[in-house]
Amino acid sequence: MKIKGAQVLLECLHKEKVKTIFGYPGGSVLDIYEALYDSKINHILVRHEQGAVHAADGYARATGEVGVCLVTSGPGATNTVTGLATAYMDSIPIVVFTGQVPTGLIGNDAFQEADIVGITRPCTKHNYLVKDLQELPRVVKEAFYIARTGRPGPVLVDLPKNVLNQTMEFSYPDSIDIRGYKPTVKGNKRQITRAIADIMKAEKPVIYAGGGVILSDAARELRTFARRMQIPVTTTLMGMGGFPGSDPLSLGMLGMHGTYRANMAVTHCDLLIAVGARFDDRVTGDLNTFAASATIMHIDIDPTSISKNIEVDTPIVGDVKETLKDLLDGTKNKKITKAARKDWFAEIEHWKAKHTLAYEMDDIIKPQYVVETIYKLTKGDCIVTTEVGQNQMWAAQYFTFDKPRTLLTSGGLGTMGYGFPAAIGAQVGNPRATVVDIAGDGSIQMNIQELATAVQYNLPVKIAILNNHSLGMVRQWQQLFYDKRYSHSTFQAHPDFVKLAEAYGAVGLRATHPKEVEGVVKKALGTKKPVIMEFIVEKEECVYPMVPAGAPISNMMLL
Amino acid sequence: MRHTISVLVDNKPGVLARVAGLFSGRGFNIESLSVNETLDPTMSQMTIVTRGDEKILEQINKQLNKLVDIIKVTDFQSKHVDYIDRELALVKVNVDEHRRSEILSIIDIFRAKVVDVSRTHYTVEITGDEDKINAIIDLFRPLGIKEIVRSGKATLPREKKPR
Repeated sequence: MKIKGAQVLLECLHKEKVKTIFGYPGGSVLDIYEALYDSKINHILVRHEQGAVHAADGYARATGEVGVCLVTSGPGATNTVTGLATAYMDSIPIVVFTGQVPTGLIGNDAFQEADIVGITRPCTKHNYLVKDLQELPRVVKEAFYIARTGRPGPVLVDLPKNVLNQTMEFSYPDSIDIRGYKPTVKGNKRQITRAIADIMKAEKPVIYAGGGVILSDAARELRTFARRMQIPVTTTLMGMGGFPGSDPLSLGMLGMHGTYRANMAVTHCDLLIAVGARFDDRVTGDLNTFAASATIMHIDIDPTSISKNIEVDTPIVGDVKETLKDLLDGTKNKKITKAARKDWFAEIEHWKAKHTLAYEMDDIIKPQYVVETIYKLTKGDCIVTTEVGQNQMWAAQYFTFDKPRTLLTSGGLGTMGYGFPAAIGAQVGNPRATVVDIAGDGSIQMNIQELATAVQYNLPVKIAILNNHSLGMVRQWQQLFYDKRYSHSTFQAHPDFVKLAEAYGAVGLRATHPKEVEGVVKKALGTKKPVIMEFIVEKEECVYPMVPAGAPISNMMLL
Repeated sequence: MRHTISVLVDNKPGVLARVAGLFSGRGFNIESLSVNETLDPTMSQMTIVTRGDEKILEQINKQLNKLVDIIKVTDFQSKHVDYIDRELALVKVNVDEHRRSEILSIIDIFRAKVVDVSRTHYTVEITGDEDKINAIIDLFRPLGIKEIVRSGKATLPREKKPR
């Protein structure tokens, strides 16, 4: 039986076991929405297409499944660009379907036409324009395969309206063969043997774990390996939860706002084992002094990440999980004792004693205290999303992440407005979990419209706004590096966030004194509705420690 | 360093844009480029001449390989592959009574061809490697060149010689 293109698309999604789509209808995708009317697929109607992509991204990060998004042509499609770039930088598997004007009108400056394939070429892992319905099943299969395999990433599929109206006998391909796309999953055996020799020789090793550990579901393997070899682990922002933050071997986060001991350990180690990380400038600071006396080992599925910023001595191209399994196999009888690492651990303890994360309590609410209180009252059993800026760094510093897929944050692109729609996506994927968006008063307003989405689908997401009436991180840089000239970084007008929540049908709570913080968080956690918690926090608070951009990471401004 | 990279790609719309976008987006240079269909019409061959230090060239190779539509990347220099490359140039040279024989003898030496003649100009077709084309242009320059157009490179690896 022949079916229409729109129906073909839904059949394909069914074959890919897609349960949820985040979307927004419009002229070019009316046929898909017509087919969705009778479909079992759960469609979440967002309030802005950017929200749809971030929600799909949050869904993907929290569940490990591919996030799916559906929007119309032209402005619908261009509104997905920031979401795609966010997912691309953080290697998040999502597939975005965009409507397109009929093939006959492409290039004609038609109503709601945008060359979205051209626009998104540099911010997607791959993209497609489907010109003939016969290609659609293969394209969808490839799109999902490319999104989730290798180094994952976003894929966009552009669907002209007339293609959705053509008919075909539906059949879905069983296998896939893309001649230009063959990710290397298994690490080279000789390199693995060399790596083990390096590890056995090292006296002061450090593991530097990134988002790749989480993407390849390798947290267990990493934990086993680090414990067997007694190697301290520092994680990047993207790697948090990939190794338990409360483990004695954990050094915390490294880099610009990392812990003192993590940065010192990396600076003085003799072997740095990078696992699914990419030596980002926020991690390395000055490249010449980064782990300067160490042998550098790098495990990554993406060959372009290797020796891009730092020359690598022992590269292993392969999936993080597979490679760690091979390293575990190769070190079965090679346990290293704590005693053998006595001197190295003593050095780390010394750095720890010299400086740990701390802040001073006051009559005014400290943002760090809010984060700690959320941690304490949830016992860490929740999914945290963040916006971008100070709120993001405090969440990373003062919340302890023990499990993977519990911190969802825009690490690479640094997208303000990411956290709240991502929290919606995470909540859809984990209906029973507590999901908290740690936000700033600036960021939250970038996608605040999604409150209506949370209310409509009864998604009890909790938003904690650390309200310092300014763009805190911008203000901090102006304070430290621009002579306290606070150019356009403070807000003189804000909505009443409590009333705003209520206007949307959500719950609004406010704390203005430290004594009220616990009560507000408790009340929010006990409410089965979306809640905005507004905390009026210290305006001048800075994120410390801090490494000035481009300086050696041992060169920390402590407090 | 200057490298010649041969890239086998899917013969699909948009592939050239992906390659060009990769170079511009990451700040790499393209000195010359040629693209043509291969014997297998589903594939095209690009020859890219580019420049950079070792690290940049390594990135160029890796980034090209990462593109889904790219099937094979051969960097002749870094793989130490011996190869033949040829370019084509059309040169419009000024002629007058006194210089005609000089021009014709240059053309003869270089085994070039005159492909269009007017009262004031010869259009000369020349093929060869880059040095040869540069050399003939150098000789024509004092005579006055009106216009010039050069193709990108066509390259093939040499067959291995039996030992």
